[in-house]
Amino acid sequence: MPEKTLAGVTVEVDDQGYLTQPRLWTRELARELAREEGIQELTVPHWQVIEFMRRDWEEKGASPNLRRISKLSGIGTKELYALFPGGPGKKAAKIAGVPKPQGCV
Amino acid sequence: MKKVVILGAGTGGTIMAARLQRRLDRRRWSITLVDENPTHYYQPGFLFIPFGLYREKDVVRRKADLIPKGVEFKLAGIEKIEAGQNRVQLAGGETLAYDVLVIATGAKTAPAENPGLLGDGWRRNIFDFYTPEGALGLHQALQQWRGGELVVHITEMPIKCPVAPLEFSFLADWWLTRRGVRAPTHITYVTPLAGAFTRQNCSTVLGYLLDRKKITMIPDFNLERVDPDARKLVSYEGREVPYDLLVTVPTNMGDPVIARSGLGDELNFVPTDRHTLQSLARPNIFVVGDATDVPMSKAGSVAHFQAEILTENLLRYIHGRELTPGYDGHANCFIETGYQRAVLIDFNYEVEPVRGKFPLPVLGPLSLLQESRLNHWGKLAFKWIYWNLLLKARPLPGIGARMSRAGKDLGSLACAPQAESES
Repeated sequence: MPEKTLAGVTVEVDDQGYLTQPRLWTRELARELAREEGIQELTVPHWQVIEFMRRDWEEKGASPNLRRISKLSGIGTKELYALFPGGPGKKAAKIAGVPKPQGCV
Repeated sequence: MKKVVILGAGTGGTIMAARLQRRLDRRRWSITLVDENPTHYYQPGFLFIPFGLYREKDVVRRKADLIPKGVEFKLAGIEKIEAGQNRVQLAGGETLAYDVLVIATGAKTAPAENPGLLGDGWRRNIFDFYTPEGALGLHQALQQWRGGELVVHITEMPIKCPVAPLEFSFLADWWLTRRGVRAPTHITYVTPLAGAFTRQNCSTVLGYLLDRKKITMIPDFNLERVDPDARKLVSYEGREVPYDLLVTVPTNMGDPVIARSGLGDELNFVPTDRHTLQSLARPNIFVVGDATDVPMSKAGSVAHFQAEILTENLLRYIHGRELTPGYDGHANCFIETGYQRAVLIDFNYEVEPVRGKFPLPVLGPLSLLQESRLNHWGKLAFKWIYWNLLLKARPLPGIGARMSRAGKDLGSLACAPQAESES
């Protein structure tokens, strides 16, 4: 597994850049991960989504998909695309340090 | 007398009734099957209706004629599952108590989830082909087609039979060519996935076929709304795709009764153990087919393979034995590619679709992940197999519930990441 040094700590990530140990996530790491995804500043609604992702992952043991995020985080789909351009489900999961949402098959 | 109640008499529910009828001790157990619709549809046949290859009569049977003797069939709507009380409320006030419940309520299209879809264009120049009405309407529309932008579109995953929209595109290319209207038609395939299919190996082969048939693919398209006046699809990111004729697969959802009963996820699919097929909510509730949330294609073959494992587990459950984690995600499907050819794929949770022979190693006679005429004849023969063997849970020679690795060229397995949907 590749490693990455972010915010002064070395963390293990999978080949697509998701943290392999979500419990090592910190808010500081989130800021660094967001920058890597092209999001320079995490605003209040960003944090609202990230905190929902963390909470839902803790409770359900799996990362929520986009439909679930928009239904339960309080942020609608359109705004999610504006906050996390190019792929809100995957990007929010990566920044929140939870696994990539299960692909639909 | 103890009671098994099965909700839904589609592919999964009918097969479960046939299996349990044979395996349960009928002196001690009764079996009741409930469904609100008297008609059983051979859903894989819907694909052929728009092209006049099948008519409605080819895909319908009376459910009552398909239920095995000894199983009580109730034609009634299902109001609510009261899992805490081990009972089901039917429309009309009747209450059914159960010891074990099998949920087989399937998935259906939910066009109301997609803004603009049910507007002025619906069933005029916007069609689905996952319902008999949609497929028949599309047949009429294609008869009058003279050319323009034909857009084949998937709204969001998961959908039933994720290869069906590709098959539709391939068949449209063939059919329009034969009718002499392919040249003035531009076919576009619009998908929320990153590629042609959910599995990488298959996506590569099918993507190549799209290219060869001059079908333009637009991947990663997440629909915000349909604009029926301007005749275009609009994505959340502002991308637009114009159409003259839109063939769309609306959002697929589990049955509303699942939501009313508080047993579903955000799409009304029932959280289910992906290997034992027991519901996560209650040990005496099992789930089969499209109604589950297991990460595998929603397809008749999946329901068929699951039914074998689920029967085993249901018997283990009532005898107080440990369940077997026996379902491996086995799925297989024929993919029509036009010109009397088809591709066959056979895969599970771990093994991607690969090349090889099926069902027998070397001898086949069917080829995996390659186009052949025999695969096409296999697909057509499947209708007979479905009505006469599959629904009656009779053995299909050489095809087991668990995927066989024999005959598969697993060396060709690319460990490429799976194409995924954003949703």
